[in-house]
Amino acid sequence: MAFAKSIFSVMLFGIPKVIALAGRMYPAFGALLKERDCIVQMRTKDGSVSRHIRFTGGKIRSCGGVHPKPDLDMTWISPESAVRMFIKNRDFLTRIDAMKNFKMEANGSHDVAAWFSSLINTMMEAPVLLGGRYGEDLGGGVKRYTNLTNGGPVFVYVKDGKILRITPIEFTAKDAPSWSITARGKTFSPPRKTTLNNHGINYKSAVYSPNRCLYPMKRVDFDPNGERNPQNRGISGYERISWDEALNLVADEIKRAKKLYGPGSLLACYPSHHMWGTTGYWISGFLRLMNSLGATLVMNNPDSWEGWHWGAMHHWGNAARLGAPEPYGTVEDQLKESEMCVFWSSDPESTSGIYASMEGTVRRLWMKELGIKMVHIDPYLNHTASLFGGKWFAPRPDTGNAMALGIAYVWITENLYDKWFVENRTTGFEKWKAYILGEEDGTPKTPEWQEAETGIPAKDLRALAREWGAKKTYLAVGGVGNMVGGACRCATGIEWARSMVLLMAIQGMGKPGVNMGCVEIGAPLDTTFYFPGYAEGGVSGDVFHTGVIQSLYQRMPHLPSINTTYQAVPRLRIPEALMGQPVQGWFTDSMTIRGQFRPIFYPSPGLSPVKIYYRYGGSFIGTMCDTNRYVRAYRHPNLDFAVNQSVWFEGEAKFADIILPACTNLERWDIGEWAHCGGYVQHSFLGLNHRVICMQHKCIEPLGESRSDYDILFELAKRFNLAAYYSEGCSQYDWCRRFYEGTDISQRISWRNFLKKGYYVVPALTEKQRDPVAMRWYYEGRPKDVPEATPMPCDYPDNYREGLSTQSGKIEFEASSLKAFAPDDPERPPLPKFIPSWEGPHTTDLFLKYPLQLMTPHPRYSFHTHTDGKSSFINDIEDHRTWVDGYYYWNIRLNPEDAQARNIQAKDLVKVFNDRGAVICAAQITARIRPGVVHGYESSATYDPAGEPGNSVDRGGCLNLLTSSRDIIKFSHSTASNSCLVQVEKADAGIIARLLEMNKQAAQRSA
Amino acid sequence: MSRQYYLLIDISLCQDCGACYLACKDEFYGNTFPGYSLPQARHRQKWISHPRKERGHGSLMDIFYKPGMCMHCANAPCAKADKQGAVKIRPDGIVLLDPELAKGRVELTKACPYEAVTWNEEWNVPQKCTLCAHLLDNGWKETRCAQICPTGAIKTLRLAAEERDALIRAEKLEVYRPELNTGPHVLYKNLHLFTKAFIAGSVAKTEGALTDCVEGAVVGLTREGGLVAETLTDNYGDFKFDGLEEDSGVYRLNIDAGQKGGTNIEVSLGKSVYLENISL
Repeated sequence: MAFAKSIFSVMLFGIPKVIALAGRMYPAFGALLKERDCIVQMRTKDGSVSRHIRFTGGKIRSCGGVHPKPDLDMTWISPESAVRMFIKNRDFLTRIDAMKNFKMEANGSHDVAAWFSSLINTMMEAPVLLGGRYGEDLGGGVKRYTNLTNGGPVFVYVKDGKILRITPIEFTAKDAPSWSITARGKTFSPPRKTTLNNHGINYKSAVYSPNRCLYPMKRVDFDPNGERNPQNRGISGYERISWDEALNLVADEIKRAKKLYGPGSLLACYPSHHMWGTTGYWISGFLRLMNSLGATLVMNNPDSWEGWHWGAMHHWGNAARLGAPEPYGTVEDQLKESEMCVFWSSDPESTSGIYASMEGTVRRLWMKELGIKMVHIDPYLNHTASLFGGKWFAPRPDTGNAMALGIAYVWITENLYDKWFVENRTTGFEKWKAYILGEEDGTPKTPEWQEAETGIPAKDLRALAREWGAKKTYLAVGGVGNMVGGACRCATGIEWARSMVLLMAIQGMGKPGVNMGCVEIGAPLDTTFYFPGYAEGGVSGDVFHTGVIQSLYQRMPHLPSINTTYQAVPRLRIPEALMGQPVQGWFTDSMTIRGQFRPIFYPSPGLSPVKIYYRYGGSFIGTMCDTNRYVRAYRHPNLDFAVNQSVWFEGEAKFADIILPACTNLERWDIGEWAHCGGYVQHSFLGLNHRVICMQHKCIEPLGESRSDYDILFELAKRFNLAAYYSEGCSQYDWCRRFYEGTDISQRISWRNFLKKGYYVVPALTEKQRDPVAMRWYYEGRPKDVPEATPMPCDYPDNYREGLSTQSGKIEFEASSLKAFAPDDPERPPLPKFIPSWEGPHTTDLFLKYPLQLMTPHPRYSFHTHTDGKSSFINDIEDHRTWVDGYYYWNIRLNPEDAQARNIQAKDLVKVFNDRGAVICAAQITARIRPGVVHGYESSATYDPAGEPGNSVDRGGCLNLLTSSRDIIKFSHSTASNSCLVQVEKADAGIIARLLEMNKQAAQRSA
Repeated sequence: MSRQYYLLIDISLCQDCGACYLACKDEFYGNTFPGYSLPQARHRQKWISHPRKERGHGSLMDIFYKPGMCMHCANAPCAKADKQGAVKIRPDGIVLLDPELAKGRVELTKACPYEAVTWNEEWNVPQKCTLCAHLLDNGWKETRCAQICPTGAIKTLRLAAEERDALIRAEKLEVYRPELNTGPHVLYKNLHLFTKAFIAGSVAKTEGALTDCVEGAVVGLTREGGLVAETLTDNYGDFKFDGLEEDSGVYRLNIDAGQKGGTNIEVSLGKSVYLENISL
């Protein structure tokens, strides 16, 4: 005790000396010292050891003894506990324990507490934070930093505080060697560099965009104490205000609403995607603070998984992957064993397996080199089909379920399926067979029958089915090859995804060469090396809405954040909720098959409807459905206050009352792993050729007055006395170090080296250590041996790790879960059946009026709205936008027949419209889209209405203004964005004149 | 002779992802490289373009792109048109437009038959691909476009004349528009995919109520009585003859499916042709 006391005394004596020294060494630190005049005291709770430091104009004086009224009074229960914390200052388990159990307390001014912890943190890392000792010095005034974008890892070359260039990372001999695969006598190994998507290569233009939000702004006619003028949102201009004014106003509004309306009044809403980085992702600090404020959260629909989640899951489980299958080992198996790959609504060359850059491309080139045959099914001759060639089938959109039944018909009638597998690994086949053969409804699902639905000639379908049934075939679905996007997002998307499972089931999934994928995911990388993906929650501590309990909670001890506002708004129903209407939805549950059968109701009993909208980013007008709704909601009198925290002034940001300018991830610290989502996309880095963990250096200072998201939320937290709880005394940089220390990377490279070099390549395992092939265990009847811990133990019907999590433990043709939940549901019968689209050729009246089917797949050049618009370099890519009469218009692709019938020429401005809205696009005329179908990507960042917002033609390119807000089926919360009937016509003289007028107005504004 | 720089571009590997254009923009927008280049404009100026060629229609159509930039010609027409020393042909083969000497000289944009010299309004200067000479001169091994290309469609090579000639033979490389005799240092592989045409078709036979694709039919392509090429239909009944000259006149297809029958079709080739319903 006495010894600990003297040690603590010495430490307290030393601290002010070290602070003063740092002040002399670093002028910036001296400036930080000058920011507060205050007294900080540190002592044992009983006062037996105590010292206080007085800061006056940057000068420091320290005295022993207990000061009666310090601005900040830090106490420890005992000298031992204090000494332990000081000595083990990187031991966050000790620190968290001290905080949770009140072994340490900080009383007094929260502002001083926040300043003092930032002072100490800065001092400890002064050589880095103030001395700039990180990154590689290339000479000539150029430093090379590293960072991660949504499109891949990058070197960022900086000169004179400005970004010079952004490149992929070239590995050196010092980096871990790459894996190799030997298949059919050839050995393949990936290139020794990273790849980068368009939205990463053009990042310089997004960072230095004229559309950046650089200063806090207030809508000119918004007065929180007087007229709020909600009807002028999206019309009236903005004025610059200070950060203090903006943050005070936001804090006051949140408090006002909580007191006036009660809990639930604040809606906290995030984007699906954000700037890469574990600490800076939306799921991180934003959830931590919003949970602490007690916000109504948004229930995301599984928007890129729809058919897999609401459909496929019921037949084979995989709930933890939102219904998609496991990917392990499939790259090697496919290269070694398979003879054919059927790409069905699968275009990895355009969508990169979500975050996997262009990593799968080289592996598909190997596939081609090995002579593995490729076939493509897509109404659009997509870029994967175009690059690799192979037979192209162009069915009508939204008819995949009919085509699948036709294939199954050929297999069943010609004995081209795995009878052993069907008998031993599945249930309910006979019933499906009877349906297909027409024994149930009198209609055999023949190739000729499907021709009427799909437009695919029966002869071609028969040839495909025969070849597929005879060859060891991989089926690739969606952008990742085993999930995501495309046909699962249409009115028949659930039935399509279900039928994909059943096609695999009768071909014996899991045997060599028969599986799902297109070498886009499932590379032989080390899955045992632990580093979290973003969905593990970052700094959120949110155990309910993130995957933090998977590992991160133990690996990086941190405080939990609990939100007791038990209310959520289904994301697709946000507009109605904002307009004061009650809404309903269904759970997106990634724990168990039957979790999705739980309805959610808004408002929750006894909670306030939403009155304040805290929006993080502004993508929904381009990305949700029937999105004029979102615009109208902003302008509705029910919504008291809208704040938007955004990097760019675009989309929804233009409808906020207050704009909080955030900076990009190149202007702040972060740490992250390339393409690693975690949580619902476990091990998503398997899409890569190398696992790369990056120190995301702060490459340049934030532009204007913009700030890191983490810091903005920290400043807001201060206004609720939550700064210490929110930050745990850590800056974003400190959190990066905690992620480093809490994960396996700290065992491989020192912090200093990591800071300098900026990245670490995780070595691939030896061939014998590699993960087994997905579903091989299932095929061979062994316990599950792939490295995923899901399903939950309770979800096995028999023994743990034996079989699937369906009720039978097998792949079920007729789903037990659906039978139990809604056996008579005509929209999702337990046995998948042909159900025509509710917005397509079968909806006769609508089809007569709007005879073109609009496809809006995930975009190729931007990442959703990220790096589209905003004067980005990609605007000049002809396949992205087209410059017509002084404006970059979104492209719409028409078949020459459809264009000719409407007298439309290439680059003509056309109006794409239906009853929901109208969008002006530039016509691209191409035979790569089948007749009767028009193709334009979703996710325009720009919403640019030609008249009243929410009720006029848009020329920004938000095609989702036209898509239906109807759920795919009633018992789901889902989007069918690829089912949309429209008409297209040449823009008339009146519209053209209005567009030219808009150009003039825009030019005047920017002048 | 010393080794010179070349770009090797494989048309079959270009998928119009735009990465090369973006990397070029990233390198040159906002940056001045003294002696090499003034900044490239943010918009509507490209030193790399991707004209596309869409051939045929329906199931057997294809689309190819020809990444095009300054061809770094050994007999550069721009150098011939230039009387003021603005165009420099370096010993390593790189052709540079001196950013200072070229200022105001809009006529240089018209001197290039490949339309690779663009005009920068803001800087009042003609500009084009520099082959990233400022990087290659400082130890880089590749141009930005080659470094970023995900398929390896663009490669930066440094070759002696005999190495170049051997490579041209081995890889069947061509230059674009050889008739111009400019000696380009941009060499294309599979150029025919962009410049030539195909005749393709799908063969089927109806027996009773069923129509099926005819696999293994022998398809002969003849012209003026001579056999041009011969192939077999695949399991979809498909065949494709590529590498034919556009507008090259009348061809005849002789299709022989043995017991399933045969047929003769006359095709007048303008652009690529796909005969989607050849019924025996």
